[in-house]
Amino acid sequence: MAASEIFDYLSWFALITGSVFSLIGAIGVIRMPDVYTRIHAASLIETMGVGMILLGLGFQAGLSLISVKLFLIFAFLFFTNPTTTHALTRAIYHAGVVPLTKNGDDEVSDRPSDTGNGASSKEATSSTT
Amino acid sequence: MSMYLVSAIAIIVCMGLTLARAGLGPTVFDRILAVNTFGTLTVILICIWNFLDGRPEFLDIALVYALINFIGTVAVTRYVRHSHFREEGHDDDLPGDI
Repeated sequence: MAASEIFDYLSWFALITGSVFSLIGAIGVIRMPDVYTRIHAASLIETMGVGMILLGLGFQAGLSLISVKLFLIFAFLFFTNPTTTHALTRAIYHAGVVPLTKNGDDEVSDRPSDTGNGASSKEATSSTT
Repeated sequence: MSMYLVSAIAIIVCMGLTLARAGLGPTVFDRILAVNTFGTLTVILICIWNFLDGRPEFLDIALVYALINFIGTVAVTRYVRHSHFREEGHDDDLPGDI
């Protein structure tokens, strides 16, 4: 078996794995019931989908300038996507969106509106769910 | 069927699904999340298209697209969170906030 054939098989495996993970993440973005769980599904695209597809493309590129650029894209997405998700989740939480829990309680209540006017706003936000 | 074509079709299907979420999304944060994911999938599609077409200059476009996607998402998130882009008025900022 030639070396290029082995790299072809590795590339097939990585590209199919990344495509399957991306499809699962996209279906999760559609089907999940809450914005927090949708973020969880979208992070699947941004970690496994991106990583495996760029790895599969890197197997085809070999050691060249193209694979260096692919690694740069991977490194940039690897650091910026968790940052974006963190900022977005913080904005969602401080905008007053209550996470969907089993009994409807807001278990992590450290948002500014809760410390400001006590339990009344917490009752108001949790009664909306 | 080439392996690039298979992943390109899968990525285009994913882009359609996230675009549907961006249109449906009940809150504005659902739309921001969907557009951010759509941009990430666009970066991947540009990379795959580079290999499908054999023109390596698309990778630079993908890198620049990733930069603009990050800046745009953080800017829109900050705008929705604070309702302005100004520097003053950090009273409601918390540690770890962007």
